[in-house]
Order: sequence, then structure tokens, then C-alpha cells
Amino acid sequence: MRTYLVRRLVTAVPALVGTSLVLFVILALAPGDPFGELATNPNVPPEVRMNLRKQFGLDDPIAVRYVRWLGSMVKGEWGFSFVSRVDVDRLILQRLPTTLFVLGSAQLLGLLIALPVGIYSARRPYSLFDQAATTFAFVGFSLPTFFTGLLFILLFSIYLDWLPFIYRADLQVTGLRWVWASFQQGIMPIAVLGLFQGAALTRFVRSSVLEVIRLDYVSTARAKGLTEGVTLLKHVVRNALIPVVTLIALQIPQIFTGAVVTEQIFRVPGIGSLLIASILANDTPVIMAITFVFSALVIVFNLVADVLYGWLDPRISFR
Amino acid sequence: MDERELRRLIRRVRAGTLSRRQFTRMMVGLGLTAPMAAQMLGAAGVARAQSRPAFTPTKRGGGGELKVLWWQAVSILNCHLAVGVKDNDGARLFNEPLAAFDPDGNLAPILAAEVPSLDNGGVAKDGLSVTWKLKRNVQWHDGKPFTADDVVFTWEFAADPTTAATTTGNYKDITRIDKLDSHTVKIVFKQPTPFWPIAFCSASGLIIPKHVFEPFKGAKSREAPANLRPVGTGPNRIVDFKPDDVVRAELNPHYHVANAPFFDRVELKGGGDATSAARAVLQTGEYDFAWNLQVEDDLLKRMEQGGKGRVDFAASGNVEHINVNQTDPWTEVDGERSSIKTTHPLLSDPAVRQALTLLIDRGSMQEQLYGRAGQATTNYINAPSRYQSKNLKWEFNPDKANQILDAAGWKRGGDGIRAKDGKRLKFLLQTSINPLRQKEQAIIKQVAGKAGFSMELKTVVASVFFGSDAANPDNVAHFTADLQMYAWQFAADPQPDMRVFLSREVASKDNQFSGRNTTRWRNEEYDRLWLAAEGEMDPVKRAAMFIRMNDLVVQNAVVIPLVWRNWVSGVSNRLKNTDISGWDSSFWNLARWYREA
Amino acid sequence: MAVSSGVSDAVASPAVLAGGSRSDSLWRDAARRFRRHRLAISGALVLAAMVLAVVAGPFVYRVPIDEIDFRAKLKGPSSQHPLGTDDLGQDLLARVLYGGRISLAVGVVAMLIGISAGTMVGALAGQLGGTVDNVAMRVTDLFLSLPQLPIFLLVVYLFRDRIKAFLGPEVGAFVLIVGVIGCLRWMPVARLVRAQFLSLREKEFVESARALGVPSVRQVVRHILPNAVGPVIVAASLDVAAAIILESTLSFLGLGFPPDIPTWGRLLFDAKDNLDFAPHWALFPGTAIFLTVLSINFVGDGLRDALDPRKVL
Repeated sequence: MRTYLVRRLVTAVPALVGTSLVLFVILALAPGDPFGELATNPNVPPEVRMNLRKQFGLDDPIAVRYVRWLGSMVKGEWGFSFVSRVDVDRLILQRLPTTLFVLGSAQLLGLLIALPVGIYSARRPYSLFDQAATTFAFVGFSLPTFFTGLLFILLFSIYLDWLPFIYRADLQVTGLRWVWASFQQGIMPIAVLGLFQGAALTRFVRSSVLEVIRLDYVSTARAKGLTEGVTLLKHVVRNALIPVVTLIALQIPQIFTGAVVTEQIFRVPGIGSLLIASILANDTPVIMAITFVFSALVIVFNLVADVLYGWLDPRISFR
Repeated sequence: MDERELRRLIRRVRAGTLSRRQFTRMMVGLGLTAPMAAQMLGAAGVARAQSRPAFTPTKRGGGGELKVLWWQAVSILNCHLAVGVKDNDGARLFNEPLAAFDPDGNLAPILAAEVPSLDNGGVAKDGLSVTWKLKRNVQWHDGKPFTADDVVFTWEFAADPTTAATTTGNYKDITRIDKLDSHTVKIVFKQPTPFWPIAFCSASGLIIPKHVFEPFKGAKSREAPANLRPVGTGPNRIVDFKPDDVVRAELNPHYHVANAPFFDRVELKGGGDATSAARAVLQTGEYDFAWNLQVEDDLLKRMEQGGKGRVDFAASGNVEHINVNQTDPWTEVDGERSSIKTTHPLLSDPAVRQALTLLIDRGSMQEQLYGRAGQATTNYINAPSRYQSKNLKWEFNPDKANQILDAAGWKRGGDGIRAKDGKRLKFLLQTSINPLRQKEQAIIKQVAGKAGFSMELKTVVASVFFGSDAANPDNVAHFTADLQMYAWQFAADPQPDMRVFLSREVASKDNQFSGRNTTRWRNEEYDRLWLAAEGEMDPVKRAAMFIRMNDLVVQNAVVIPLVWRNWVSGVSNRLKNTDISGWDSSFWNLARWYREA
Repeated sequence: MAVSSGVSDAVASPAVLAGGSRSDSLWRDAARRFRRHRLAISGALVLAAMVLAVVAGPFVYRVPIDEIDFRAKLKGPSSQHPLGTDDLGQDLLARVLYGGRISLAVGVVAMLIGISAGTMVGALAGQLGGTVDNVAMRVTDLFLSLPQLPIFLLVVYLFRDRIKAFLGPEVGAFVLIVGVIGCLRWMPVARLVRAQFLSLREKEFVESARALGVPSVRQVVRHILPNAVGPVIVAASLDVAAAIILESTLSFLGLGFPPDIPTWGRLLFDAKDNLDFAPHWALFPGTAIFLTVLSINFVGDGLRDALDPRKVL
């Protein structure tokens, strides 16, 4: 196991570099311009735009620009946004708490829904509970988040007037009122996201528990007189978890950049909306920094998942 | 309408038989702007209208927090480095210009003691200079005094090509600025400049402090911390700025207008879309003001029924129109599409062009989509539909279009599409991604389809469509389609905006598609008129020239104007005195906003 | 609950172990068991009905999809317009039927591409292990890290005109979209399949097959794949919905179908601002997507149950 880990970590570095190279090239080739709005402004002479592009090195060849970027990343300087000239790491850190709060809670909510519901559904497949849970999961999954988000807004903000729907990252109140206000404005985006992810995860949990729950050793455990709870936990769930762990490992990095639509609808200033805004404005330093962290997270969490497989199912070995 | 008729109208205003407001509307109907109309009247010695209705506060502050919602977030707080209109608005919270354009297009002094004019000697008769008297006892947020040095510095900063300021165009035609004393400046232009408010007025004319920006002249301009934490003379001071998210400001206790501003704090939140911004103000009341609501009017009307807010329409120089490609986008010459070496195979036939203009259902577009926010127009510069010039009357007549096409030899084929000499009447209409625009496209396609046109629709992401990347074939400058549709926002004076039809401005591979003439139309008479208007000091003569230019462009179907759009904002019912001007920033009057209890 | 005797977890029937003649019995067996699964059959019927409706519907119901009629704006279901109208007065039933062809085709084809590519990569990685596994997983990681938006824009920019010239605008757009969606959905499937393979590879019946000298490919196809299929089926049914919705997201970026093509996802997007006033506009396309996904899911459930020897059918 240790050699496997070391090997994986060692290969992670070229993987990261390779990913960032591919990304950089894609960004350089894709259309779009950080100074696009200037094109429709009659007062801006073309020389200004040309000057700006030169100033930011946008007209240098791709290889040069990439090496320059890689060099400064290694040194720890993540550069400035083209548009606002703020340090990229400051931009990201500004948004990190909000992102972790909203998206992290949504993931947790998804898990908290999916595990119990999925397991219970699998215990009694095609029962009323299962049918109802399936239907709900599919309604949730057939509707895109922009739709459910809007539905929530219409119901809870406009019709019932219970909740505000515009997320404000720094509330001007303190103490318990802050907690309550955070809850009020956060519950809708968290619910929209969490329910969407939970719906998908429920199906996977149900499916993999179903496969395990019919196996011999489960019947053996029951025959031995173990209670249902213990059977479930010690025998069923652990073995059923492999696909679930895979999915969760895939989803966690998404906290960092996913949920763009939900962030847009509720105006949550998370990293996802920073990414989209930067992409549309072709603000390369910001895009590169965010996707770099994202790919690092993907690599790390997939490694964690692989290690967990070994723990969940001791028969798995890594050659 | 020619010069003589214009002068007659002006005489009527002076005599009192025609109201100033009506005159302004007629001028706007002819394709001019309100500030130009104001200039014409001013030059003729017509007395100014009464000043805006007064709000008399008795103390500064006490109004609590003002929450405003922009659906594009502010990225930088320096208007001279602004990437979009939203940045100008953000900067306007903190910095101010010498004068601003009110909703009627008149200049209102902000940092100037009075507005220069021919009467008070501020404006030179030969148009080569203008003298501004600055307001005294104005402080920057850090306590230093505001003086003429700051005005001179702002010019140097913006005009310097190494600064790469986005407002450079407004300042590059100034030869020098003479500092007559600590609070008087004389701006000397390179040539007679009829529209002298081009410098230091309105949203792109904010004055920046010399003592803060001095170390950041030229190439270091974008590193100045004051770009993110501005120092200005405005009614608010910066508290916090998160780029692309929120701007927070607090009251400036030393603001130079007594008992102003009303609000203790301001929060400008950005992001999201226009429809939900409208909901936040009109339905839930979470926010007090929402900017630029490009939303279907029916939706807005329904939202207003909640009784929490209303929709404000301000006259503005914004015209939604279609560019007609004069060249052939489907033939490549030397690796360039839409090259001026080609002509459009279908659109060079005047019958086709005429038929096309008759098939645009502006009426439905205006009624069903824009509602109160727009008026169907046939003028490029802008016009209310009530005005009917002899030449320019918009008409929606599919039968006539069919007749014209039949007469010109365009016969319907088996699939219903007309063809002549083997060429099918097939067009590609492209525009940016915007729900209103997609509906406009659908309307055009349907009607044109019935008349035998085959319209293919294409949409492009706004940032790509309006981008200036030389290699991007999908932007307006490349024009790799037959027709493209978007809106042009006119500034207070049409001169720079009408540059888009000059022969020398044709966008081509040679200038990396940075030229502004996307239709690639070339016309000697037009070029002559534009150059003449640049130096014409008589506002009436100048107006007549612009009218003629407008007629040329529309009659030759170089552009097909659709709807003249108002500037639409959402305002809480308790928020008063916003007085939104379509010729300046939404915040031009911010110091006087107040909220009823 | 059925209990198999002796050899545990085996899907291999004695005939296979003996290398005998009834080599297709596993799949034929599964087909027979599928036919007895009630929910799966109803799912299949619903799906067939929808396909029939969208294919034949526009020939029967001849109201045009783009007939703009402002007097009939946002009207609810009526005799003239059975599903109501949208805000340009266009008939919704016609639009749902027409758009259904595209949505269903995109959903199913994109899902098939994603699932097959993912299964292949995952199977290869899981079965062969070692360097192959490493490389495959690094490639998967690469695709996972790529931000989707710039990829879309780049793909459009590079390929749209060429594909359109080659295949014509509609087919070209279809190929482009299906390709892009498929390329973005295969990675989770690959990881899921690989994880299944890793654990199944060590099970006794596979060991026995190996010991018997069954070649790798046969091991995979006959023994491992049918058992690994569980999460893949769930992923497949979810992927159809995701593909339909992703298509609408792509059209907001200008990629793919022009804005006047009423795919179900597009209809939902157009309808969203009028939810409080004209809910019927969103209700029908939303229900259509829901029914499609639900029926595919039940078919998938049936497939999985049919392949599972422990389930009594």
C-alpha cells in the first residue's frame, strides 16, 4: 500500500502539470477577450485595446505565456486578475468561506438524505416508501437547478415572504441574529443543491445496497441472530459503499467550482461564479488558478477513494 | 426637416408657443439627442427651464441603508479604467464629474460652480476653448482640497496612451489645459469642438485626485490601490469592495452639498439576471433599486401589481437595430470573409432590401416585448413613432414586400423559398444571447418565412459576440452572417457614435477587425457630412447634418432600426427623487435620493 | 429470498463452465426474466409510447410550431391549443412533440456514448491494472478537471462550421452536441466501472474462471460485466435526464441548436420567468422529461433484476 501511495503521489505532479498545460492551451485558443466591452465603446480608440493586450502579454506566443505562468505559480505568486488587478489568491480566499458554507452544506445535506433513504428503500424494494422515494428522486432530477431554484424563490420569497433570496456574503449583524440570518438566506440555495445531488446519490445507494443485501453472508448474519441494525451497518453498508465512495470522491471537488447556476440564481458569491465570470471575461490568471486548485482536488480525492476501496474491501489489491 | 425649419421651431420655443420639452422630443424624434437639443436652444438664447423639483432636507444622513442591485457586478472603481457601464456607476458613488446630464439633457453643475455657456463667456465663440469655474471648499475624502490641479491631472491621466484608459477618446483632442487660478481651468481644443462637454462631464468624466494617482501615471495605472479603494469628492466613502460582487459605502460627512446625502450607507450588489433583480425590488422589496431591467414589459407590469415598487422609464439614446452586411460573408477573399472586395449577392438588390425592411414587424415587437420600455422606430439615432418625417416612416407590409419581390423576379421555389438566377433567398441572422432578442428573432423569422425568405437563426454568448479578439469569427466586427442584431447606446452627442458608418472605419483583416464599421458600407456624401459636423459650431446646422446622415443610413438599408429603447429601472415606492437620466449614470443625482418613512 | 447452493455469487451457469453449447443462455435467460418484471414492462411501454408520439405526432397534429399569434399569448390548455401557448402564442403541444424528437434523441444517444466510453475505459483499467490503469485514470482525472465552459466554446469555435458544412446544420448541430455531452459524462462511469471491477476481480467465480483458463475478454464480458452493471444502469437513467438538461444549457451558450428549436430543456428555460402566471408552459416539458427518465429507470431496474440470479422473478 505504501509503495502504491508513493507512486500515485509522484505521478500526481506530472499529471497536474499536464492538466494545467492542456487547460492553458484551451484558454488561449478559445474565443473571448478580457477587454471585449471596449469594442462597442466608440470612445475607445483601437490603439488602447492593442496597448492593453500588449501590456498583459496577451499577444505573446502560447508557450511563452505558459512557462511564465508556471514559473510564477511555482514561486507562489498567483498573479493578478486582468480586470480588477486584485491578487488572485485574495479573490479566491474572499469567496472561500461562502463557498464552503453553501456548497459544503449542500453536499452534507445530499449525503444525509441519500444514505438513510437509499438504504431503507433497498431493504424494502418496490414498497410504497421505495416508490415514493423513487418518484421524488426523479422529479428532483428531471428538473434543472435553475428551475427548482426559481420555484423555491417564487414559493418562499415571493408568495410566502418567508425568506430573502439574494445572498449577502457579509451580513451586518452579529451573534445569534447572524446565525439566524445566515440560515434564512442560505437554506434555499443549500436545499436546491442538496436535494438535486441527494436525488442522484439516493439512486446509487439504493442500487448498490440492493446488490449486497441479497448476498449469502447477509442471510448468514441474520441467521446468526444479529440485529438488523448491526447487520446493516457492519455487513451491508460497508460492502455497498464502493460505488458510493467513488461518487462522493467525484463530487467533493465540485464544491470548489460547481453549482454555477444555483450561485447565479441566488447571487451567492462563490468560487463557481467567479470562475464563470472570469471565463466569460477571459480573465486567464483567475481561471488558471481556480482550475489548478480544482484539478489538484480531483487528483487528491480520487486517490483517497482508491485507498478507501482497499479498506472497504480487503480483497482489492493494487498491482 | 432642414436647417430653416429647425430655426423656425427654435423661434417658436423662444416665443413660448412651443414648449421646451416638446421641442426636445421632436429633436429626439429626428434622431438627435436631448443634450443636443438643449445646446441648440441654449445657443439661440432660450432661457433654461426651471431647475429640478427641490427636496429640502434639514440634516445630513439618518436615512439608513440604501440597497441597490446591478445585474452585472462591478469589477473596478475607476471610471477611466472601466470595462463596462457598471464600473462607471460603481465609481460614481465616490467620484464626481464637473457636470452631469439631467433627464432632459441639460447640464447640471456638480463640481463646477456654474455651467459654461456662450452668455457667461465660459464657451468661446470659436469653439476652441471652454472655461470652467470650479466649486470652492470641496474636499477629497482624505481631507485634501479639490483644486484645478486635479482637473489638469485627470486629463493627463486619461489622455496618456500608456495608461490605456478606456476614456482616452474623450480627452485626446485637448491640446492643453490652462490653470487660470486655483479654481478655474481653460480647456483648449485642437480644433473647434461643438460638443465641448465631451471632457469632464457625465459618467466618463469623473475627476480623480492628483495626490493619490500621481505615482501611478502611465503603465502603472492599473496597480493603483485607489482603483479598489477610491478617494473622491462624492457623497459616499468606500467601506469595502469585493470585485465582481459587492461595493459598500458610507456617508461622506464633509460632502460639499449641505444636508446631503440622505443615506448613511449604500450597498451595491452585482450579479444574477435582470428578471430576478426586478423581482427583488418590485415583489419582495429586498432591494430599493434595480438597474437596467431588460425584461419583457408584461412581466414587469405583473410584478408592479405587488405595490412595492414601480418601473421607471427614462428617455435615452438606445436603439435596437439590425446591421445589414454590404459584403459577402460566404465568400473568402485572401482568407477573409465579409471582405470589402465583395458585395452581398442578395442584399445588393434594392428590391430585397426594401422587402426586408417591410417585413420587420416593429409594431408587434414594441407592443408585445418592450411595451412601455420602447417605441418602434425607423431612425437610427432614435425616434418616437409619433413623429413622421416625409422620408422616414416605418411600415410593416408583407403584401407589399411580396409584390416587390415578385416584380423583381424572385420566384417561389417548390419549398416556398424565393430564388432568382439560381440564388436562394437564404439569410443567417445572428445576435447575442438575450431572451428578448431571441423572441425578436423568432418574430422576424416567422414573417419573413411567409414571404419566401429562409432565415436561419444563430446566437452567440454576449461576451464573445461583443469581444474584440481578432481571431474570433463570431463577433460583430467579423460579421460572418448576413444580418446581425444588437443595440447601440448613444452617448450624449451623436458624433462619435456615427463614426460607425465612415469608410475609413471599415473593419477588416488589415486593422485586425478593430474598425468600427461593421456593415462595411462606404459612402462619400456621408463621410463628407460627418467631417463637416465635427467642426460645425452652429448647433442647428449641425443637427441638420446629423438628420441627413441618419436618412442616408436608413434609406440605403445599411441598418434597419427596430425599437428605440428607454432606460428601465426598478424603484421602490418609498424611494424618491431618483430622477434617472438616460444620458448619464443612474447615480448622477444620488446625493439627493431619499426614502419616505 | 433465494439462496444459491454451494458455489456463491455465481452467475456462470454450469453450461458455461463446461464450455458448452448453450453459451447465450445467460442473456436469453435475462430477457425472459425481464419480460416478467412488471414495472420494467410498464416503463418500456411508456417509453415506446413517447417515442411513437414524438416521431409520428407531428404528422398527425399538424399545427406549426412557430405560428406566432399574440392574441393567444400565455393561454392555458384549451380545445384550440391542447397544451396551451407560450408568450409568443405558439402552440405548446406541437412544440413539445417536435422538441421531443431532439431531446429524446440527444438524451439517449449522448447517454449511450458516455456509458459505452466510460464502461470501456473503466473495464480496461479495472481488468488490466498496472500502467494501463494508471494512465487511464490520469486521463480521466484530466477530463474531470477541465472546466466545461471553455471547452464548449472552443469546440464550437473550432468545429462548428466544418461540421455544419459536412453534415448540414441540423445533423451537424446534433452530432456536435451529442459528442460534447458524451465526452463530458463518461468519466464518472469509468470510475464506477473500474471500482466494480476491482472488487469483482477478486471474487471466487472470477478466480475460478481464470483458473480454468478463460481468456480475459471472455472473463470480462461473460462474468464480470453483468455483475458490474448495477451502478452503470443507475448512471444511464440519470444520464438521460442530465443530457437533456445539459443540451439546454449548451444552447444558452450558443452551442448547438438554434434558439427557436423547442427542445424540452429550452422550453423549461423559456418558461421559467412565467412560472407564477403560466405554469402550464413549464409543466408539460418538465413532465415529459420526468416520464422519460422514470421509464428508463424502470427499464434499467428490470434489466438489473433480470441479470441478478438471486432475484426471484
